[in-house]
Amino acid sequence: MENATKCIDVEKEKMISRKKRERKKNVVAYSFITPNFIGFAVFTLVPILFAFLLAFMEWDGSNQPTWAGTSNFQSVFSDSLFWKSIEHTIIYCIGTVPITMLLSLLLAIVLNQKVKGRAFFRTISFFPYVGSLVAITAVWTMIFNPTKGPVNAILYYVFHVANDNLPNWFAGKLVMVSYIMFSVWKYMGYYMVIYLAGLQNVNTELYEAASLDGANIFQKFRYVTLPQLRPTTFFVVVMLTINCFKIYDIAIMLAGGGDNKLGSSATVLVYYIYQNAFQFWKLGKSSAAALALFALVLIVTMIQFKGEERFAND
Amino acid sequence: MKSLKNKSKALRILLYAVLFLMTAIMIVPFLWMLSSSIKVDKEVFDIVNFQWIPDTPKWSNYIEIWTKIPFARFVGNTVYLTIVVTLLQLFTSSFAAYSFAKLDFKYKNILFFAYIATIAMPWQVYMVPQFIMMRSFGLNNKLMAMIFLQAFSVFGVFMMRQFYLSIPDSLCEAARIDGMTEYGIWWKVMIPLSKPSLATLTIFTFVNTWNDYLGPLIYLQSNEKKTIQLGLKMFIGQYSSEYGLIMAGSVLSLIPVLAVFMCLQKYFVAGVASSGIKG
Repeated sequence: MENATKCIDVEKEKMISRKKRERKKNVVAYSFITPNFIGFAVFTLVPILFAFLLAFMEWDGSNQPTWAGTSNFQSVFSDSLFWKSIEHTIIYCIGTVPITMLLSLLLAIVLNQKVKGRAFFRTISFFPYVGSLVAITAVWTMIFNPTKGPVNAILYYVFHVANDNLPNWFAGKLVMVSYIMFSVWKYMGYYMVIYLAGLQNVNTELYEAASLDGANIFQKFRYVTLPQLRPTTFFVVVMLTINCFKIYDIAIMLAGGGDNKLGSSATVLVYYIYQNAFQFWKLGKSSAAALALFALVLIVTMIQFKGEERFAND
Repeated sequence: MKSLKNKSKALRILLYAVLFLMTAIMIVPFLWMLSSSIKVDKEVFDIVNFQWIPDTPKWSNYIEIWTKIPFARFVGNTVYLTIVVTLLQLFTSSFAAYSFAKLDFKYKNILFFAYIATIAMPWQVYMVPQFIMMRSFGLNNKLMAMIFLQAFSVFGVFMMRQFYLSIPDSLCEAARIDGMTEYGIWWKVMIPLSKPSLATLTIFTFVNTWNDYLGPLIYLQSNEKKTIQLGLKMFIGQYSSEYGLIMAGSVLSLIPVLAVFMCLQKYFVAGVASSGIKG
């Protein structure tokens, strides 16, 4: 009898000490996470929750906020400028995503060959990504300056385009072309690095097998490289898409002029959000538009994930 | 056999042609920037008599920019912000990532899910409520706001975790048996092994913080608090036809990021590859 209780006591003690150890383990683990998590929770999670709430309120940022129901959404959805900004953002994405993907893949393939000065070329192709937007858009607007820039000068002197027909790259419909061209140029190098990393994992033994089967270089690319790069391509497309919806800085710096204001032919969704918040102080309306941005990104990303799943199953 | 050789020669020529064309497109705007930065405004757009280096280079552009606007103040603010944010980011990300990758604890999955779920959430969706919140903390027009904004990115934790997952657990076990604490393992085992990832994260954070425009635009209104990007943009708005000066300022704003990138770039492809940024 005595022995039995002793046994139980020992078991109990063991359990307590195990629990203690477990707790200590948890404390150590949490201590690692805490510095980042506090910052993340306060400055990211809370504002995200706040954004959902704000979309249903009417508030100018200084007076008492009032409950507004869905009126913010109604006023956003009936605003033609909102639809214009959505349209431009989507056109921008449709242009940017495929072109950037293709060119960065091409560049990665070229830079993965044994070419002289490879390191040098790799570094150069990363310059546009590293360079600050303000500085490089300053050059860009000079190079494409409608009256004096070298691009239009070449069109004038070399291709004999009449003075009146010289394009204004930062107005009308062409402004979208400028956004796309600039963005492809700026971000190509970044996605090239990701493709380059993907290419390092391509199994080269398969090339030899393909060579034995008499495959030429393009067939090898099509049937050996490309399928193995599919996860990389998927990642690149998802990242490009998520990022392209955020376009704002590029737009105001190329088409915003001195006062950072975009006309209706050049406006984009994030500008619409910014404008409603910090120029009109309609915080509720701005948040409603921001949720539309989130929904758009979410839907497109989900479609891509579904598409990838289907593709993988084939 | 000969035709095969010719063919591969043609391919090589094509390869170099593509390479040179793309490199030219990448580099010409930068060369044009450099060239314009030592020109008087009239020469910048003189296409007919174009010279990469003008007969009398106007080096004074590089001196004048410091006096026309409080450029030194802008540089100082940006350097301070970038260094603090990058250090905080490296520390908190790798610290948290160690726990997510190598330790077991309660609610680990839920916490990690909170991180992942916000990766696809554009900052622009919550930038307005975030600003309202910071303002109520009294952080409007404070550099501290920019530090809080950028130092705790989800991306950094995710990236470092992916890398730590690739380090074998047995290494940590061995260290534990040797009596090392978890903090010791993080500092003496993980950090030295993760140089490429840390270098990659440094490049990303440094570049993003140095070049950020929308964040400072929202938070920093007064001239004493402005970053180099805001200052340069302000200068362009005020003196839109002083092309040489604008370009000199632009060149100066590029130097630090390019320098950091060049120093760390040897780790870069390895870092991207091993951190699983590519998915």
